[in-house]
Amino acid sequence: MRAKLLQYEGFTSFLSSLMAIAAGLLVGLIILLVSNSEDAFPAFVMILKGGFEDGSRGMAQVLYFAIPIIMTGLSVGFAFKTGLFNIGASGQFTLGAFVAIYIGIKWTFVPEQIHWLVALLGAMVAGAFWGSGPGILKAFFNVNEVITSIMMNYIGMYLVNMSIVKTVYDSLKNQTKPVLKSAILPKAGMDKLFNTSNVSIGIFIVIIAVIVIYIILQKTTFGYELKACGSNKEASRYAGINEKRSIILSMVIAGALSGLGGGLLYLSGSGKYIHVLDVLAPEGFSGISVALLGMSHPIGIFLSGLFIAHLEVGGFNIQLYNFVPEVIDMIISVIIYCGAFALLFKQIISRLISKPVDDTDKKNIDGSVPIMYSGADNTFVEDEAEDKTEQGEDKK
Amino acid sequence: MEYVIEMNNITKIFGNFKALDDVTFKVRRGEVHALLGENGAGKSTLMSILFGLYQAEKGSIKIKDNPVKINNPNDASNLKIGMVHQHFKLVHNFTVLESIILGRETVNMGILKKDDARKKVIDLSERYKLRIDPDAYISDITVGMQQRVEILKMLYSDSEILIFDEPTAVLTPQEIEELMKIMKELVKEGKSIVFISHKLNEIKEVADRCTVLRKGKYIGTVDVKTTSKEQMSEMMVGRKINFNIDKKDIITGQAFLEVKNLTIKSKNSKRNMVNNVSFAVKGGEILCIAGIDGNGQSELVYGITGLIPINEGQVLLKGKDITKESVRKKSMDGMSHIPEDRHKHGLILDFDLKQNAVLQTYFQPRFQKNGFIKFNAVTEYAKKLIKQYDIRSPRDEDSIVRNMSGGNQQKLIVARELDKDPDIVIAVQPTRGLDIGATEYIHKQLIAQRDQGKAVLLVSLELDEVMDVSDRILVIYEGEIVGDLDPKKITVEELGLYMAGSKRSDKYES
Repeated sequence: MRAKLLQYEGFTSFLSSLMAIAAGLLVGLIILLVSNSEDAFPAFVMILKGGFEDGSRGMAQVLYFAIPIIMTGLSVGFAFKTGLFNIGASGQFTLGAFVAIYIGIKWTFVPEQIHWLVALLGAMVAGAFWGSGPGILKAFFNVNEVITSIMMNYIGMYLVNMSIVKTVYDSLKNQTKPVLKSAILPKAGMDKLFNTSNVSIGIFIVIIAVIVIYIILQKTTFGYELKACGSNKEASRYAGINEKRSIILSMVIAGALSGLGGGLLYLSGSGKYIHVLDVLAPEGFSGISVALLGMSHPIGIFLSGLFIAHLEVGGFNIQLYNFVPEVIDMIISVIIYCGAFALLFKQIISRLISKPVDDTDKKNIDGSVPIMYSGADNTFVEDEAEDKTEQGEDKK
Repeated sequence: MEYVIEMNNITKIFGNFKALDDVTFKVRRGEVHALLGENGAGKSTLMSILFGLYQAEKGSIKIKDNPVKINNPNDASNLKIGMVHQHFKLVHNFTVLESIILGRETVNMGILKKDDARKKVIDLSERYKLRIDPDAYISDITVGMQQRVEILKMLYSDSEILIFDEPTAVLTPQEIEELMKIMKELVKEGKSIVFISHKLNEIKEVADRCTVLRKGKYIGTVDVKTTSKEQMSEMMVGRKINFNIDKKDIITGQAFLEVKNLTIKSKNSKRNMVNNVSFAVKGGEILCIAGIDGNGQSELVYGITGLIPINEGQVLLKGKDITKESVRKKSMDGMSHIPEDRHKHGLILDFDLKQNAVLQTYFQPRFQKNGFIKFNAVTEYAKKLIKQYDIRSPRDEDSIVRNMSGGNQQKLIVARELDKDPDIVIAVQPTRGLDIGATEYIHKQLIAQRDQGKAVLLVSLELDEVMDVSDRILVIYEGEIVGDLDPKKITVEELGLYMAGSKRSDKYES
């Protein structure tokens, strides 16, 4: 019975995400219709098809888009589970990317077989370092991590631009030099499978990261501490959990995830370079969307990352019909926007299918304690009463 | 016109839950009508319907024999219904006068006519014997005075039906007595009062009739004078309640907890929140710290348990200095803490029951191996606590704690804290907001600890609790201990004088 109920809860979360997606796509369709009604429907179908449009190459493209945003999504989602809003994924991502490239070009002393691995580890360390700053400030001085991590994005971006120019700069193209072959992620036959060079073992590393984060959050005492601090800092202190340590470690891990994302993207051997521009890496912000849509659950993040990448590929394709790919960004924004109503959707859904569940509940109500009318409800009644009276008085 | 309020056959449903089921409530003109019931019995819901915050699914309301529909608080206000809420709604940097006229200001071309208002307020305060100082700031006056301001506010808007929602919870015995007088005065002047409470003594003293609700159902309306407290409580709870707590004689053992010259400075002012406090709790003793809220008892407990740093002094547990130990070390050494605010400190509301059950012990080998939580062991343990301490919840160990009732949340905390088999239990207002049944249960648990020879430090604002449960009372006033009293030899009134700071034991004379 219990397993069924759990499924049921996950099911409503999933349904409410689907509702948000449907709303987003509807808005996308309207935008397409408004801008060019003739080609709107074929373009819309193309968006839906996304990565399936182009056979295995399209799928490879989806994976390529998905890898960095799943990683930044994990970063944001992990921090969020522990009560922190990591907007600094972009900076951590950029730092990771730079260090990966730097190692990939300069560290020729590393044995060739593990060069890429060392570069990835370097990316993680760099991201972790960049994440630790806001964590330390939050833990010891109670500085809001949102503000510090935004600032760290800019500091990171300019620092990386500066460092590129000093170290691995291709002045002709205003970008980084290509990394050595030994630093490019092994293909492990993936290129043959998908018939394109965009893919590598990167997706497996992402899957490993998803599983590791899932295990940390769900199965370990460490994850228990992190979630406890995120959910109620005071109670964690009362329970003797070192909340300063938890905050810092949480940001360090979040930073490492973003940094790894940067490393995976720029070592994928797809001809991607860091351009020396004053622009924050968009992958960091996509990560927020991915985490929100995936409800901060590692597996949800993995799926939502794939889904958003799928839409992005579709958005790329609709240029055939002279639509701009930015339509996709709008669709994604609406989805996220509706995702904020996920709770509302959840309530609607559970109300629609509530009856069977209540029957199971009634069994536990042995008549003496009215559970629905809990203490919390009581205060809610009072609070609402207060609000309404105040409004009433204001009106007069 | 016999009744000023007639609420007939009111039914209110939230979702699938009947908060009120066919409740009838009638108040006569010029009476104090008590509304009695446990938490969750539907008292607040019923009054919220009368005040226009909710609409009933079924039933009708008549005010002074006229059928009315009350859709919002403004309607209620037009029908001359006023309410003093449990938590006052006053603006702290307003004067008393400004607070009273707020929302009903008389203006001349946009300029406040304070003089007229002042005259009316002073008239009212004299007529109803509500002593106030119109020019004092709300932040400077006592809670009792703030309540008088709230009452004046209702009178200023000519309310005739006054609803008092648990008005005595925050008052000292002297202030309660004064409030009772005021209520009697108001009734004499033709007002009608609804008095929501679950304190039988007060109802017995001030009310004329009493309506009892239980689990959303109307149990009956009785004449207070001819009904005993025992009968009323039986109506409220549905079974007999034992008012006399059985206690064995005190077994005085060694000092389990000693506090020496403890001082905690305030963050915001130069005043010490806790000033040079020393005491010892012995094995087999329930020591109670009594005092009016905000006199340093919370800080004292946070200091002892390590949640806030202490500036001077020592804390000893069974003779061992634990002043500088971490919260966890203290907890492992045998200190249990039932915190004042169960939502802030005691529980992680979004976690389920089993995860809250191991909040302080999850790292012990019995619940984890190599950093992985042994969920089977945790579940078993939670099941054991549920059974042993009779914790009721929608989905047993998988219930999200937020969805549990206040009493069961508290039971969970008590279970967790007592199951650690502590040497000293520090319980801060362990029964706040709980109904009689749960209160009785928690008192029994604390006394069982004491009878096992363990020490209990109880911090309470409820005088009944202080008098009934404790073996010894320390009174705290403005951060200092002002009295060391024996509950058997002192009256509630005398205790109130200590709490209000107007009396000190010789030994604490400054």
